[in-house]
Amino acid sequence: MKRLTDAHPPGPGRRTYLDGVRAAAPIGVAALVFGVSFGVLARAAGMGRVAPVVMSATTFAGSAQFAVASILGAGGGLVTAIVAAVLLNLRYGPIGLSAATTFSGPWWRRALSAQLIVDESWAIAQQDDGRLDRHLLVGAGLLLLVCWTLGTAIGAFAGDLVADPEALGLDAAFPALFLALLWSQVRERSRLLAALGGAAIALALMPFTGPGVPIVAASLACLVGARKPS
Amino acid sequence: MTAVWISVIVVGLATIAIKAAGPLLLARRTPPPRAQGALEHLAPAVLAALVVTQTLGGSNGGFTLDARIAGLAAATGAILLRLPLLVVITVAAVTAALVRLVG
Repeated sequence: MKRLTDAHPPGPGRRTYLDGVRAAAPIGVAALVFGVSFGVLARAAGMGRVAPVVMSATTFAGSAQFAVASILGAGGGLVTAIVAAVLLNLRYGPIGLSAATTFSGPWWRRALSAQLIVDESWAIAQQDDGRLDRHLLVGAGLLLLVCWTLGTAIGAFAGDLVADPEALGLDAAFPALFLALLWSQVRERSRLLAALGGAAIALALMPFTGPGVPIVAASLACLVGARKPS
Repeated sequence: MTAVWISVIVVGLATIAIKAAGPLLLARRTPPPRAQGALEHLAPAVLAALVVTQTLGGSNGGFTLDARIAGLAAATGAILLRLPLLVVITVAAVTAALVRLVG
């Protein structure tokens, strides 16, 4: 298979961490504002001020954190909250597998780098041949981690001052990012099939399962590539 | 220990373990060609699922149809016009915000 790296931002030579930071900057703004709203929501749900910030810095996975805060806030119980969050984050199993050969060095360094994987950093680091650029992933992941944690702290400690991310339309920014990055990935027929399969599986399961499960199941659509070694 | 801190610690440790599993298990091992082929098709499959769930998903599962759809439609136009990523994201957000403002 031909490597089509030229579809990404130009520049001679290899990408740097700074390129990753730059690529993630627009979505970092959205992550910051959503971090604020998580901080506000978590505090209103009785999580206090420090726990939400600790959670953003360690769990670093927006949808799962929102699930925990809203379930605890609604009196839904500890086990329900934990199960919902783990289901939402299960997709990082297959996503982590796809990133496995991207990282190098001793085990603790690979495990630490893997913590910078979130949907957005992983999406930004995609190369058109299905491989990942480590510098883009780490740079983007670091920026998003800072934005998300800082936003949470602002929301938890300074709350109320801040705008509603949905009124700003920021919830539409995330699917737009994913669609734009998907676009450059599906020029090849087998990749297009994987995308259509993933979308179909997600659509079919959404009415019946909790959030999280459709994405994990959709990852199975990658098997269309199993017959086509490159 | 309160339920809040238990959930922060348990969810945190579980997420850290899930994220680290792949890079630790596949360490220095090149997967067989077929598995490699599948992994190289994971991005389009998962990205497409993320587009679907983040555009149509409700916070408690199921579907919620709202201004995000208009945002994504506008983003599609911007992508077809080959506008830069920053513009695509901004167009989506501004469109969704305007639809909510009017609607």
